[in-house]
Amino acid sequence: MTGSLVQHAVLLSVVLFTLGALGVFLRRNVITIFMCIELMLNAVNLAFVAFSRSLGTFDGQVLVFFVMTVAAAEAAVGLAIVIALHRHRDTLDVDAFNLLKW
Amino acid sequence: MIEQILFYTLAALALVAAIVVIAQRSPIYSAFALIVVLCSLSGIFAILGSPFIAVIQIVVYAGAVMVLFLFVLMLLNVQKEADDPGGSKPLRTAAAALAAAFAVQVGLVVARARFASGPEQYEASTRKVAELLFSPTFLYVFEATSILILAALVGSIVLAKRDL
Repeated sequence: MTGSLVQHAVLLSVVLFTLGALGVFLRRNVITIFMCIELMLNAVNLAFVAFSRSLGTFDGQVLVFFVMTVAAAEAAVGLAIVIALHRHRDTLDVDAFNLLKW
Repeated sequence: MIEQILFYTLAALALVAAIVVIAQRSPIYSAFALIVVLCSLSGIFAILGSPFIAVIQIVVYAGAVMVLFLFVLMLLNVQKEADDPGGSKPLRTAAAALAAAFAVQVGLVVARARFASGPEQYEASTRKVAELLFSPTFLYVFEATSILILAALVGSIVLAKRDL
């Protein structure tokens, strides 16, 4: 019973990860793209928790903890960059950001 | 039994909300849909025997990170995306095809795999997770994380102050 629950949790994680990756490609608003990255990170967290349940260990839980820390740091720095870019370009469209292109 | 009903309800809710996140043109609605995804996933974590992660998910993600996102969205007064989809059409089609191929391939592997059901009694209590987190296995990673947080703190302040 728990085996199939774990399997379906991993399947859900695969689908959520794909949706997040698709969103990164399809959306043009840089903040929406950030949210899609958060979605992908959460899909990975779900896989960690499911595998850790399946193996009966706690290592997955600790890894989820670290993923969340990195995600929080990434959100803080990323949104600071978004605000700086918006101040500079007055738009949030990713097509307008080509500062690193030469 | 009740466990399974809850799991599949929450999974369906998470899927629908995730589709709304990527289909919605208005970022504010995307953000609210993402909050629904995060809360459903928190319930799924609890069903899978991880109460600590479930609570952290609500506090850190739905609480802190999403409030930060909404704060920036309100601060910048974000408009809806234009109706005409930008970028080249073939690129978007290729992205959708690649995503579908990825989902099918990994999905097939997972569907064919046989997962161990794990021990009957599994409860990743805060105490057990903390004992592992502060054990020599993960202690240095934990310390490295604090340096990462410090760097992120300094970096975001510098970015917020200076013009690019």
